Amino acid sequence: MKVGVVTFPGSLDDVDARRAVAIGGNEAVALWHGDEDLRGVDAVVLPGGFSYGDYLRCGAISRFAPVMTSVIEAAGKGMPVLGICNGFQILCESHLLPGALIRNDHRKFVCRDQRLRMERVDTPWTSAYTAGDEVTIVLKNGEGGFVADEATLDLLEGEGRVVARYLDDNPNGSLRDIAGISNERGNVVGLMPHPEHAVEELTGPGTDGLGFFTSLAAAAFA
Amino acid sequence: MARYVVDVMPKPEILDPQGKAVLGALPRLGFAGVSDVRQGKRFEIELEGEPSDALLEEVRAMAGTLLSNPVIEDFEVHLQGESEGAWA
Repeated sequence: MKVGVVTFPGSLDDVDARRAVAIGGNEAVALWHGDEDLRGVDAVVLPGGFSYGDYLRCGAISRFAPVMTSVIEAAGKGMPVLGICNGFQILCESHLLPGALIRNDHRKFVCRDQRLRMERVDTPWTSAYTAGDEVTIVLKNGEGGFVADEATLDLLEGEGRVVARYLDDNPNGSLRDIAGISNERGNVVGLMPHPEHAVEELTGPGTDGLGFFTSLAAAAFA
Repeated sequence: MARYVVDVMPKPEILDPQGKAVLGALPRLGFAGVSDVRQGKRFEIELEGEPSDALLEEVRAMAGTLLSNPVIEDFEVHLQGESEGAWA
């Protein structure tokens, strides 16, 4: 499968994401924020970082980048899209996912190996996991507090759209310990932790993040 | 030239960590009796032409599209010099 990874001005983890895509058994394709052409990819990753310097609000300006016009259209037709950290913020600003991400409640940047429980595993990004799996994935964010109104939170839980939840200490004040969510269809997933930093034993806390990148290959041959 | 002001504030029910940080700092500087601080953003937007209802609507559209996120923020638009305006 060809997986595009978008580079915005200020993206940090685009190279790691491309590497993780390749380790996961897919072909990584570099996409550029200023280019509407998705170069024939089958899926898109919006990587972490500080696109446009986080000016205005995290993801607020990236949401209007030319590439996002194509990503939003493709996502509407069912293309798998994964937003990691800043990518999650962009997906919320794009209204592809509900809610928003605000500054951590404790006001400090957090960087740690975070335990998560996987919940929704019928998406193209999470099918390699089993519901209830407890995994450890790197988390690093300053504005990772997931918020939405009560009705939206109830809807997300009622429809089983919580993809992953924080275990142990809630690292950023996210409501109901939500670390990641999906759209109704499941093709669009936003996640605050960084699975692309947990794909090799040499670096990071292990390889628990690899499933996000191997799921796609499994989906392609299913 | 018309100059409009857009004030964007976090919704009352949304946690405002920056406001909380300022609230924590004020007593340390000797400012007593401060019970709450909320931090928002102010935009000053200059447009060509004279002020009009159409321009006001244009600025409201900017505020709703880009300057604020309706999930977490409210905004208010007014012509600079006027103090009143309706919260969106």
